[in-house]
Amino acid sequence: MERIPILKMGQYLLITIQVDMHDRLAIMLQEDLTEQIVKHRSHGVLIDISALEMVDSFIGRMLGSIASMARLLDAETVVVGMQPAVAITLVELGLSMTGVRTALDVEKGMVVLRTALSKARRNGAPGVEV
Amino acid sequence: MASSKNKLAEVLDKHEQKIATGWLERQASRMRRLSGAEQQEVTRQSREFLKVVKTAAQGDGTGDVSSATWNPVREFLVDFSAARAKGGYSSSETAFFIFSMKQPLFEALRSEIGSDSDTLAAETWRATELLDSLGLLTTEAFQKTREDVISRQQHELLELSTPVVQLWDGILALPLIGTLDSARTQVVMQNLLDAIVKSRSDFAIIDITGVPVVDTLVAQHLLKTVAAARLMGAECMISGIRPQIAQTIIHLGVDLSDVITKATLADAFALTLRRAGFKMVHEQKD
Repeated sequence: MERIPILKMGQYLLITIQVDMHDRLAIMLQEDLTEQIVKHRSHGVLIDISALEMVDSFIGRMLGSIASMARLLDAETVVVGMQPAVAITLVELGLSMTGVRTALDVEKGMVVLRTALSKARRNGAPGVEV
Repeated sequence: MASSKNKLAEVLDKHEQKIATGWLERQASRMRRLSGAEQQEVTRQSREFLKVVKTAAQGDGTGDVSSATWNPVREFLVDFSAARAKGGYSSSETAFFIFSMKQPLFEALRSEIGSDSDTLAAETWRATELLDSLGLLTTEAFQKTREDVISRQQHELLELSTPVVQLWDGILALPLIGTLDSARTQVVMQNLLDAIVKSRSDFAIIDITGVPVVDTLVAQHLLKTVAAARLMGAECMISGIRPQIAQTIIHLGVDLSDVITKATLADAFALTLRRAGFKMVHEQKD
């Protein structure tokens, strides 16, 4: 059974979605990811969707759920690499994906995560280490 | 009556040269002076048209110009009108190409049919009907070419009037001029998002100083564009809000609370520079 690989990059986790998502795959991803966040005490998750030419409401909801789950585990999520056509479609369909941060690419995504984490540190979030 | 259509074909065949000469004379009588090359072209076109009409008339007894036998004639006229439309001829000058054939054709019919006035009347009527439908076809084709030119120009105008300019590293500006409808919004969004990807910009300023009317639809389009840019990781703000526009937006109950808005592009630019971490120092020049 194919699983979406989760790569560790320092204190961040990187997921690249390249295949069509279906229910099973989405649930397994959420399982794997939450486990990995806890295991490595990661504070940031980058989800790369640059390979997706189409994002429907299912994927939109999935991304939103992942972001919420990660936040519960004290990790911030950034979705990166959205193609212009996908952005336009999402906006036209009214799927604004509120609560999910986005960035142009992995590089900018890491900047976003670093800023978010340093803000959390300043606000005295428990258990956040450098 | 099948025989009479072939009468026309017969006349076109027997008197082709005379009809051609008479026709060219008649065309020249109403047109402006043509250059040598233009005259050659008209002569060539006239001869070719006579040939295709003769062939079609020989093949088809009913004179129904929409039938398959008349395809070559229709194709000729479509190309012909398109060329005339592009060449700056008026629609009546173009249609006159057909109508000017009437007189020489009637002359030929008269010389062929002679004193049989019933047959002559019937043939003349049939010839008139044929040339009238061909003339209308020509005018329609001419208009269609003009319409194609207009829609192509509209499309080009759309492209030209939504430029995306880079104000600074990572800061884009989108000065909108004119009304914003859904078609234009699509173009705007596409251009903006492509520019964000290419320039890896973090900020985009949509300036609406040049947008005359902002109603709920326009506001929706703007909000969509802002949302799309945000999904691409760029913060979008709207500048150039004129006093009347500010009043209209509030009276309409449009919610722009989620978007940063500034009255001037200058203010928006200054804000993006600060956000991007730039500091501006004014050096006093003596």
